[in-house]
Amino acid sequence: MDSTEIGLWGVPLAMLGGAIRVSTPFIFVSLGEAITERSGRINLGLEGTLVFGAMTAYAVAVMTGSPWLGLLAAAAAGLCFGLFHGWICKFRGVNDIAIGIALMLFGSGLAFFFGKPFIQPSAPDLPAIPFGGWSDVPQVQAALNVNVLFLIGAALAVFLWWAFRNTRAGLILRVVGDSSDAARAMGLNPNTVRLLATGLGGALAGIGGAYLSLYYPGSWTEGISSGQGLMAVALVIFARWNPLGCFAAALLFGGAGALGPALQSVGVTQGYYLFYAAPYILTLIIMIATSSPSRSLAGAPGELSITK
Amino acid sequence: MSDRKKAVGVETIGMTMRFGAFTALDDVSIKVPAGSFHALLGENGAGKSTLVKCMMGFYHPTAGDILVDRREVAITSPKDASALGLGMVYQHFTLVPSLTGAENLVIAREKVPGIIDWRKERAALAQFMQRMPFKLPLDVKVAELAAGEKQKLEIIKQLYLGRSFLVLDEPTSVLTPGEAQEVLGLVRGMTKAGDLTVLMISHKFHEVTAFADDITVLRKGRLTGTGKVSELSHKRMAAMMIGDQPIAALDSRAPVPVGARQILTVKALKAPDRTGLKTIHIGALDVKSGEIVGVAGISGNGQKEFLEVLAGQRARDAGDVLVKGSPYGASRAEARTLNVRFIPEEPLRNACAPRMTVAENMAFRTFDLNEAGKPINWIKMSAIRDYAARLVEHFKVKTASLASPISSLSGGNVQRAVLARELTGEVDLLIVSNPCFGLDFSAVAEIRARIMKARNAGAAVLLMSEDLDELLELSDRIFVMSDGALVYETPIAQASVQTIGEHMAGHH
Repeated sequence: MDSTEIGLWGVPLAMLGGAIRVSTPFIFVSLGEAITERSGRINLGLEGTLVFGAMTAYAVAVMTGSPWLGLLAAAAAGLCFGLFHGWICKFRGVNDIAIGIALMLFGSGLAFFFGKPFIQPSAPDLPAIPFGGWSDVPQVQAALNVNVLFLIGAALAVFLWWAFRNTRAGLILRVVGDSSDAARAMGLNPNTVRLLATGLGGALAGIGGAYLSLYYPGSWTEGISSGQGLMAVALVIFARWNPLGCFAAALLFGGAGALGPALQSVGVTQGYYLFYAAPYILTLIIMIATSSPSRSLAGAPGELSITK
Repeated sequence: MSDRKKAVGVETIGMTMRFGAFTALDDVSIKVPAGSFHALLGENGAGKSTLVKCMMGFYHPTAGDILVDRREVAITSPKDASALGLGMVYQHFTLVPSLTGAENLVIAREKVPGIIDWRKERAALAQFMQRMPFKLPLDVKVAELAAGEKQKLEIIKQLYLGRSFLVLDEPTSVLTPGEAQEVLGLVRGMTKAGDLTVLMISHKFHEVTAFADDITVLRKGRLTGTGKVSELSHKRMAAMMIGDQPIAALDSRAPVPVGARQILTVKALKAPDRTGLKTIHIGALDVKSGEIVGVAGISGNGQKEFLEVLAGQRARDAGDVLVKGSPYGASRAEARTLNVRFIPEEPLRNACAPRMTVAENMAFRTFDLNEAGKPINWIKMSAIRDYAARLVEHFKVKTASLASPISSLSGGNVQRAVLARELTGEVDLLIVSNPCFGLDFSAVAEIRARIMKARNAGAAVLLMSEDLDELLELSDRIFVMSDGALVYETPIAQASVQTIGEHMAGHH
């Protein structure tokens, strides 16, 4: 069997596979950002955290031989970046968006600096579970070869959706994100809550980075993240800060991102570069379609600086 | 939370609070016995909030003691206060808008389990609500509740948290007269039953007379009077509050001349409200020269959006706004040729550039014109200063200098400065919104007098206000706005608070 036999069916199939493969970092970064933004702060530095996480995971996996240790190291590095952002932002007159941009550049730069020696060696991959065993079509098998992190991400989205309304921590996060005054009146310290939320968001972004370097594309290069960290921030906004929405939006983005390669694989030779831009065009279209000049954003946390 | 505590009494002895050289509170002793309804009266800056903030542990008094149930206690933080059963309902809501009522109540509790068992909590809440005098939807986001419901939820929250002494800070400022009656009546009932003690900050004498047992009056940080409500007249209370300063008298109302020219005409106006989910719809509204047309309504019923359309801050979907017969789009040129002036609410935010100087702010309408009203290319700072100096003197704006930023002025003086700017020169149409919100007695009287004077000089005035007393005092006709539409119109002679209140609440 080869790709011509299933013909154009290869395109939706490849998009499904691509959606699952490409979406995983989006899921983690956007869930992390959803937590941070629900606390009333925006962390634009997650792009840098993602790249640094990718480098850290790859380096640790190369040195120890264990992708899981790499994953943990990436999460720890992400946590540090997040906590640093959260700590700086508690000072008066500090703008979270400006700090985020600074950290984005800092994280990428630091990753390139430390990552130079790791461009050559190869690291063990994170495991994937073949769900496509029932079929003997290789495209189906390839599409349904699902990495464990995708499953963890899906479970995490459901868990966060539940936790935002059913746990003390979830409610406190929403209180702080919606009204600092109400939080202070309750005896909560908004800065501490935001520090932890930003730290957690950073750790999740670090895990997203580990997926990039340890599974797909599966190697450490300086161009490993083509702006996924930034797009995930946009994604949180049109997912209306809802974790399930983040998950769905990440899948949509993954699918759109797989459009170009899928068309190429079925023999479309002209203009497929245009389809590589699909996720970006999609971002623009959704942003325009879901915004309005006369109405404020529904569901936005009240303390978020971009919606104030 | 679940056991109903009995009301506690609170007393302060020689409360004094100094902020640097400024004495905000000077040796104030008040006594609120258990189960009583006590009113605290005073002008802005009289020290009312300072006093209650000391009682609630937000401030640490320079001197003085607090007694709860006749025992001396040390209240160093709001936590201490709540442990003693002291709670406060603020003028501005402290509920979290995006959470439901139930979520707001549960998360405010001292001890919240890590994982919330909503089935159990809901059952407990239902049981608690049965004992409460008001019914409320607890599964709706607070943002979607009406102001009255929010206020009730604030009170319920305090009771749910087991507070038995409540400070209510101007609790009815956002309610309709009907809602105010209901909420205060229910609270009154709880004090009579001995379940609650209430200290209410207020400036509405009729509420104080109807519900309170005793009053305490503060002026400039000092206690100037106290006594039983049944033994005091409104006049006596007012005298305690404002002392012997002169109050500007309102001009008598000149009759609207027959056949007065129609100045403002609004026809079939449609515009989206701020959520974008609803539209406001003004069927027909006209204001004639020499009359004040009032628009009543509870905040959030579209008055703000209507005003924004008239001010050019919000796009309209359909309809016409005509001033003296020509279409009006709120551009600077149109406002100038048609003599339209505008006094929005919160003037510092909506009508001033806070960091620019008093003189610059007062010149916003005229800085690019010469004496003859022709546009100029070079701006003369000396002309701006001279112009502002004349206005400051004429309108009695108290400012350290013309060069100080307008944000350094008190609320009343910012409003005076804006009035000076807007009321100088020819005024054919004046659009005003909540002009006296948060101002003290003398400023309020003066600003109302200025508006009346403008009316008598022939200006058409559209006055939107959440203060029904203000509308009844100034207007020639009153409209009621509810749910985005004008639902009721009455000439002032036939206006009744009762009927207006019912239309404000949306049921009639």
